Amino acid sequence: MAKRLDIKDLNLFYGKFHAVENVSLAVPPKNVTAFIGPSGCGKSTVLRSLNRMHEVAPGARVEGKVLLDGEDIYASTVDPVEVRRTIGMVFQRPNPFPTMSIRDNVVAGLKLAGVKNKKELDEVAERSLRGANLWNEVKDRLDKPGGGLSGGQQQRLCIARAIAVQPDVLLMDEPCSALDPISTLAIEDLITELKKEYTIVIVTHNMQQAARVSDQTAFFNLLGVGQPGQLIEVDDTEKIFSNPGQKATEDYISGRFG
Amino acid sequence: MSTNLADPTRLATPPTFQSVSLSRRIKNGLATGLVWGAFLIAIIPLVWVLYTVLQRGFPVILDGDWWQKSMSGLLARQQGGGAYHAIYGTLVQGLVCAVISVPIGIMVAIYLVEYGGRSRLAKSTTFMVDILTGVPSIVAALFVYTVWITYFGLGRSALAVSLALVLLMVPVIVRTTEEMLKIVPDELREASYALGIPKWKTIVKIVIPTALSGILTGIMLALARVMGETAPVLVLAAYAPFINYNLFDGPMASLPLMMVNERNNPTQAGFERIWGAAITLVVLITLFNLLATVISRALAPKTK
Repeated sequence: MAKRLDIKDLNLFYGKFHAVENVSLAVPPKNVTAFIGPSGCGKSTVLRSLNRMHEVAPGARVEGKVLLDGEDIYASTVDPVEVRRTIGMVFQRPNPFPTMSIRDNVVAGLKLAGVKNKKELDEVAERSLRGANLWNEVKDRLDKPGGGLSGGQQQRLCIARAIAVQPDVLLMDEPCSALDPISTLAIEDLITELKKEYTIVIVTHNMQQAARVSDQTAFFNLLGVGQPGQLIEVDDTEKIFSNPGQKATEDYISGRFG
Repeated sequence: MSTNLADPTRLATPPTFQSVSLSRRIKNGLATGLVWGAFLIAIIPLVWVLYTVLQRGFPVILDGDWWQKSMSGLLARQQGGGAYHAIYGTLVQGLVCAVISVPIGIMVAIYLVEYGGRSRLAKSTTFMVDILTGVPSIVAALFVYTVWITYFGLGRSALAVSLALVLLMVPVIVRTTEEMLKIVPDELREASYALGIPKWKTIVKIVIPTALSGILTGIMLALARVMGETAPVLVLAAYAPFINYNLFDGPMASLPLMMVNERNNPTQAGFERIWGAAITLVVLITLFNLLATVISRALAPKTK
C-alpha cells in the first residue's frame, strides 16, 4: 500500500511571495523522511503541498510536480479531495473534532465518506487505535469526547484518525512540538511502527528526533529574509548527521547556525 | 551576619517593598465607587420595570382563563377573558418569521465565512447586513406595507407581519452565526480536509456542529427580540379580539397589539389586560432565553 513520492522542481507561492524554490526530492516507500531547517524556511509549506493542503490558504499557488507512484497529484484532472484521502496528515497541534466521541473521531473520515456499517466502523476504530498505541488507554471510554484526553493522547488519536482511512502516505507536521518528552517518545515509537506499513514524511525542529526516527533527512534553509526557502541537501540520516555534504547543514546541526 | 541568619525577619537593608501609596488608594476608591455607581444606575430601572410588571400583571395571569380564552364577545369594561388569541398570534408570527429567516441567515453567514473571503460580493453583503441591522422596525413595516399591500394588493395579515419581522431577524442571525463560525478554529477544517472530506461536508458535519450551540442561542435571542416588536403588528395586522388561526387572511392579535389596543380602554379591566399582556410577553421571552441557555449547554462541545 505504501507508495513513493517524487517531488520535481516544486515552487510554492503565497500570493506574490515566493515561499519555496526549486525543490526536488524522492521519498521512498516504507521509509521515514525528516524535513529539518530553521523557522520560516518552507519545510512545512513543502509538506503541505504534498497532499494539496497548501492551496487551502488564500492566494497560495503551486508550480512543479509531485508524483505519487508516478501519478502527478497536481494534474488538472485530479480531485484534491481524493489526493488528501490517499495522503494523510497529522498536524502540529492535536485537533480532535470537539463534538465527536473518541470512537467517532477515529472513524470520522470513513463515516463522512458514507460508510454506515457499524461493525465495520467498530473494527476500523479498534484497529486504528491499536495502530496508534492508544487502544489500551481509551477502550473503556470510546464514547467519551476526544477533547477530554491529554495532549499526547489527543495527538495519538489524531494519528489513529489519519490511519483509519488507510492512506498510502502519512505526513506529519511537527507532531510532537506541543507534547512533553514522554508523549514524544510514545509518538516516536509509533512512527517506527507505522514505517512498516506507511511512507512517512515528518517535519521536525528537534534534530535528535530526526536522527532517532528518520531514514533520510532533508535540510531546508533560508538565504535571507524575504528570500524563498531552498532544499540544501537530502541524504541518509546517518550521513547528514555525521558527515554532511554542505557546510550550511553542518553549521545547523552542530548548532553553529546564523 | 550571624544575627541576620538567626533572625530572618530582621533586614540588613531598607525594605524594597512599600505599602500602597495614598494617591493609589484614592484612585482605587474612586474607580471602585464609579464602577459600583454605574452598576446601580443600570440595575435600578431594570428592577423597577420588572417589579412594576410583576406587581400589576401577576394577579392577572394566575387566572387559568387568561391562558385559554380570547377577548371574543366581551365588552371593554367587562372583566375576564384571556390572551390566548394574542399569545397564539405572537408565537405563530415569530415562528413563521424564524422558519423563513433561519435558513436565509445561516446560509448567508456560511457564504460570508466559508466562501466569500475578501471578494467584492462578500464585502457588499456584509455592508448591506450592517445597514439592515440598523433599520428601525417601523421602516421595515412600512416597506412591507408598500410592497405587499400597496403594490401587490394583498391584504393585511399575520404573514405580512412575519415578513417585516424577517427583515429585522435576518441581519441578527447573519451576524451571530458569522461570529460563531469565525471562532471555529481553522485547524478543524484542515483536519477534515486532510481526511479527504470535501469542503461542503466539512462545513455541514464539522464546522456547523462545533458552532451549533452559539448559533442556536443567537436564533433564540433574535426570536425573543422580534416577538416584542410593535411597529410591524400595528402597521400590518389589525387587532382581533377573537382567535384567528388563519395566517394569510384577516386580523390577528398579538401581545404588543393587545397592549396598544387596551390602552384605549379606560376601565379597570383594560388596565389589568395591559399589564397581563406585558407580563405574558416578558414570560414568553424569558422562556425563550432559558431554552436558548439549555440548548446551548446541551450542545456545547464537552471534554468529560
